[in-house]
Amino acid sequence: MIPTYPIELTVNGRRRRLGVAAHHSLLDVLRDDLELTGTKECCLVGECGACTVRLDGRIVDSCLVLAVEADASDVTTIEGLTPEGRPGALQEAFLDRGAVQCGFCIPGQVVAADDLLRRIPHPTPAEVQEGLAGNLCRCGCYEQITDAVLAAAEVMDR
Amino acid sequence: MRPFQYARPATLAEAVALLEAYGPEARLLAGGTDLVVRLRDGTARPSVVIDVKRIAELRPAIRQVGGHLVISAGTVMTDVAEDEQVRRHFPALVEAAEVVGSVQIRNRATLAGNVCNASPAADTAPPLLVYGAEAVACGTAGTRRIGLDEFFVRSGETTLRQGEMLTAIELPLPARRMGAAHLRRTRRRGHDLASVTLCCGVDEGGVTRLAYGSVGPRPVLVVDESGTLADPAAAAEAKAAIFERMFASASPSPRSMRASPEYRLAMLRVLGARALATAIARLAGRERP
Repeated sequence: MIPTYPIELTVNGRRRRLGVAAHHSLLDVLRDDLELTGTKECCLVGECGACTVRLDGRIVDSCLVLAVEADASDVTTIEGLTPEGRPGALQEAFLDRGAVQCGFCIPGQVVAADDLLRRIPHPTPAEVQEGLAGNLCRCGCYEQITDAVLAAAEVMDR
Repeated sequence: MRPFQYARPATLAEAVALLEAYGPEARLLAGGTDLVVRLRDGTARPSVVIDVKRIAELRPAIRQVGGHLVISAGTVMTDVAEDEQVRRHFPALVEAAEVVGSVQIRNRATLAGNVCNASPAADTAPPLLVYGAEAVACGTAGTRRIGLDEFFVRSGETTLRQGEMLTAIELPLPARRMGAAHLRRTRRRGHDLASVTLCCGVDEGGVTRLAYGSVGPRPVLVVDESGTLADPAAAAEAKAAIFERMFASASPSPRSMRASPEYRLAMLRVLGARALATAIARLAGRERP
């Protein structure tokens, strides 16, 4: 019998209460228990960034966080960045610049780019590359992704 | 991942009691950027994982006590790199903390975890050695301080005893003005492990401290007290001879996929000379970190 641990956390503004096994990652719980499948599972070693979410105001690889560690935390996933169900300025910029090819890495890229623009509203190209260094794109769209973030910074002006 | 139990002690005494009760069956969890990978691939198979992040005594994250800056075990790289006190007194540690992994990793990985993991390539190890850091270890027998040079044994192995946990890294506030620089060599810029990671510090008394990693089973600290390295006017041959003695402990593995031993040894000399020049310039106030 595998014990479960009660956790209570806020996901995209909604309070969620559930029981989790200690060996289930935050990524597992977001996708399998909460059915938030925008967050992607890929390398599972913290190198690709496909599972990036914001945890208490900071982005993390959700594959490296145990769900039980996220107890009493505030989590924002890619779904939480589109509260009206329509793409925002950042996502529009990704589409406009052709940064979205196969699309698999894009939720993680967008969550990381959103975090970067919160910290640095007007980044240089080097700051964009550094801010997104933890997000791999196997379609190789790094130039388009960098362009998209720079273009979004222009129109968003937080 | 294989199932395990999870414990979240609220106090240090509770954490130490759990370590005592479970012995080698327990693993401490701080940031998890190494441990969760190992839990998943099965190379770590604890029956209980003890999360240290909500231990009351590990707050605040960074504080000054007497002549020391104390960085608690739960403190993540992002906080180390952003802290005003660390930036003022230990800029080379900031440089190292800023290049560990990615933003996502730095938001989670702790300084203490980087040290306890004892990876030969740990980027924060060289500056911590140069700045004379100590590890604070707490167990049922009490608390002891271990100089980092006596802490590292080999990859994954430290002198921390069974039942002890590292609660903080303590850095003595420099008694003499020091210029220091951290440099590393990687295959790609951003999010890669170092092929060579190195820190050089020069103080106003003419002492040069050099520490390097990823070129042997553990990070190495060497000190030149002759004043030759710190002297910008000293002959190049004299400096080269000292560097050769300092780098004699480097023994890079021929099995590593990141870089060949020949390349690492060559880059060790290049980075050593560059870091020394930068450290001297910073001590003289000619360059800011």
